[in-house]
Amino acid sequence: MGFIGFLVGFPALVAIAQLFIKDEGTRSVVTKVAAAVTAVAAIVTAIVFFGQAETRLRVSGEWLSTAVLIAEVALCVVIFYLCCKAHRVWIGLLSVLQTALTVWFELAHKHGIFVWSDFVIDKFTIIMLLIIGVIGSAITVYALGYMKDFHAHDHHVADRRPFFFFVMYIFLAAMFALVLSNNLMFMYFFWEVTSVCSFLLIGYTRTKEAERNSFRALWLNLLGGLAFCLAIITLGLSTGFVELERMVFLGRTGADVVLPAALLVFAGLTKAAQMPFSRWLLGAMVAPTPTSALLHSSTMVKAGVFLIIKLAPVLGDNSAGLLAMMAGGMTFLFASFAAISQSNGKKVLAYSTISNLGLIVCCAGIGTFEAAWTAIMLVIFHAVAKSLMFLCVGTAEHHVGSRDIEDFDGLFSEMPQLAVCMSIGICGMFLAPFGMLISKWAAMKAFIDSGHAVLMLVLVFGSSATFFFWTKWLGKITAIVAGKRNIERTVHKEEWFVLKGLAAATVLVCIAFPVISFGAVTPYLGQLYTGTMEVISRSNMIIMAFMVILLVVLPLVAFGRGGNKKMVHVNLAGENQGDDLTFRGSMDIPVPVSLRNWYMEDYFGEKRMLVLGSVLSGVLIVLIFAALLGGVINVF
Amino acid sequence: MYSNIVQIILPAIAYLVFAPVVGGLLAGIDRRIAARMQRRKGPPLLQPFYDVFKLCSKQGVSVNQVQDFYVAGFLLFVIISGIFFFTRGDILLVVFTLTLASVCLVVAAYSSNSPYSQIGAERELLQTMAYEPMLLLTAMGFYMAFKTFRLSDLVSGRLPGIVYLPGVFIGLAYILTIKFRKSPFDLSMSHEAHQELVKGIVTEFSGKTLAMVEVAHWYENIFLLGFVYLFFVWNEPLSPLLGLLACAAVYVLEIFIDNCCARIKWQGVLSSTWAVTLVAGFVNLLVLSFIK
Repeated sequence: MGFIGFLVGFPALVAIAQLFIKDEGTRSVVTKVAAAVTAVAAIVTAIVFFGQAETRLRVSGEWLSTAVLIAEVALCVVIFYLCCKAHRVWIGLLSVLQTALTVWFELAHKHGIFVWSDFVIDKFTIIMLLIIGVIGSAITVYALGYMKDFHAHDHHVADRRPFFFFVMYIFLAAMFALVLSNNLMFMYFFWEVTSVCSFLLIGYTRTKEAERNSFRALWLNLLGGLAFCLAIITLGLSTGFVELERMVFLGRTGADVVLPAALLVFAGLTKAAQMPFSRWLLGAMVAPTPTSALLHSSTMVKAGVFLIIKLAPVLGDNSAGLLAMMAGGMTFLFASFAAISQSNGKKVLAYSTISNLGLIVCCAGIGTFEAAWTAIMLVIFHAVAKSLMFLCVGTAEHHVGSRDIEDFDGLFSEMPQLAVCMSIGICGMFLAPFGMLISKWAAMKAFIDSGHAVLMLVLVFGSSATFFFWTKWLGKITAIVAGKRNIERTVHKEEWFVLKGLAAATVLVCIAFPVISFGAVTPYLGQLYTGTMEVISRSNMIIMAFMVILLVVLPLVAFGRGGNKKMVHVNLAGENQGDDLTFRGSMDIPVPVSLRNWYMEDYFGEKRMLVLGSVLSGVLIVLIFAALLGGVINVF
Repeated sequence: MYSNIVQIILPAIAYLVFAPVVGGLLAGIDRRIAARMQRRKGPPLLQPFYDVFKLCSKQGVSVNQVQDFYVAGFLLFVIISGIFFFTRGDILLVVFTLTLASVCLVVAAYSSNSPYSQIGAERELLQTMAYEPMLLLTAMGFYMAFKTFRLSDLVSGRLPGIVYLPGVFIGLAYILTIKFRKSPFDLSMSHEAHQELVKGIVTEFSGKTLAMVEVAHWYENIFLLGFVYLFFVWNEPLSPLLGLLACAAVYVLEIFIDNCCARIKWQGVLSSTWAVTLVAGFVNLLVLSFIK
């Protein structure tokens, strides 16, 4: 209990302290120390609980439930006030409705419900704790330098940094609590807290666009919250339990938990920004980059997939499983396609996040052992590589002056170290032998074994699109452009520390993934499923790990050793001016060479893909729920 | 254990040594047959080797310090994926390593920041996006038919793959036109003589670097034909002969297509390849998933 209290309480206390720190130097010290303590606390907790089987904890007495209930009402009042202030009363009503339902349920039915364990620490929770604790707090350290530059660049944005860091730490505390909760009533509260935190972070700059996008994020997530609340009520009324673990257990042993499972999956879909709910995450990029990094990698969207993966054993060939499979599959395909037509770096990353989460959700929906294995592996690899990518783009943006990939031309000459970090991130996202690809490999197996032919199709086309848009980005930054000066000396040392740390972590996770698999993921799933299996054979895992090492070592020994070759100019059809940057055009006028990438707007235009994916996925969701509710009504 | 080593080391060495020889000869035969189709006599059979030796003897010239590294990476990973294939490893591992190799080549072209090679690189990317779904579906098809990705088990089934996977075979033959860089799909580079200097993705490579690309293609072609071979072997001692015949037939067919087609636009490459993937490949798998 002490561990849980510290993991949740410490970031919360730091958050409150951050509110009162106006001085930059103090904030820097406090944040660094707090981040280090949080990360160490997560690691220590992981080590302590790793050796044990699942640990279950029950809070004696009613005080915590009561406190959470009061906090929920308070949260609702805050949301309602903010919505009214911004003249969006209906969003506030959404919050009032679900809080009213929760309070009603607590007061009217609570006495019949016994909670066996409020908190559970299993190996999957430990993985999530490490992701949140290490990556999340690293991002807060990065934010120190970034936010300083941000306010130096942008004078018309009010400097509300104490508030920014306050929300970030509340976010971390809520995420810790969320992944630890087994009592769905608690999880629901922290679920709502993360929704509100992301709303506050997205609206940080207080521009019109930021306000609009933040409220979109809020209402979409409140919609998910409503589904969550209904899930608790239906589960409580039909089975008399409100625990996640018990629900999965009951589902495995034959009880009908499909409706609450489907509602929880729906909540997960909104939070994980699956189509048709994906627009809130795309809008979230108006916020400062650390926010995006936090939302995309270690918090928020990961809460959505965490919940769905937890449910995986009761998904599969039922309506709830179908819901996750279809929405996830469609999202994976169309978000990958949409990323092809984007040149804005953060937008490409956003679409790639959405598509990867789609794959995770889809795997969890299949619900077999190997599919769940894949989903957890994807969560790990995605968290590390995506946080690295966002922070790289953030740093590049401040120094190149743009977040457009077209302006990263010659990044390798301008910011060599950053370009290396970015390349590692990109390779980590799609290339063999790095992690994401290993997971796709497993996904393929899982899809075939489950016999869902359409999903196989989605997977092969989606991953070839992934290949396309990542490689053209990689090509852009590896281009050697003449006449570029090094401009990366002014990058803050906190930023370097985090960037290089995450780059190292990306490589490390790829090398160590057999260990992660055997040590944590397989044992966790072994508890839930009867019998374990090797999803990818041990020998292949070792081959892949060796290839990663090869890819890391080769550049160290051989990169840039062109030998003593004669250096010549590139082919500009014989009209070179001698500097590789201009050629002689008509009338002898020098014309600058500018190379642009390929976006195929007519084929993979963002709007078309978003509409197509959202409509398909939305119709499927409606149909599945219609069928489910029809079934429920029949029973009555 | 001992037999394991023999089973892995011997084919690996054989591939390393003989693949470029056979691949070079294949390129020579290719040029002869193409010439006969055009009523020419054609170059000597060993001409591809003469070309590569000449490239190696040229003065080292480069546009930057790094492209040699990437091209060497291309050659290395093509060889590694071939080794995985011929030591009968995992078919998906082969496909993924091949993708890694093609990323190396594309990055090499991008790194020069030259207009011609960048256009070549982007077209290469497009081609990869066009053929990759079919290549993955091929691997999946074998998995559905034989319940394994291990090549050693794929070649010793009770029936040859072609019985289960005729549609997948057609799809694979279709994308091999892209992989062999034949018309109408030779967008990123072709082997036509008149394009030797400004030749798409390899525009900025010369001398030994270009020779590496050439040799890598020889390696690549051999194990791509290996995919064709896979469809025709089962636990029948004489079936390898059938497999080799099929390889020869497919290759001659590709040469024929090359000589009677003009290059098409990228839209045609992408849409036709994906259409074939859907119609031939996917329908085949769909049927298989019902009968299996």
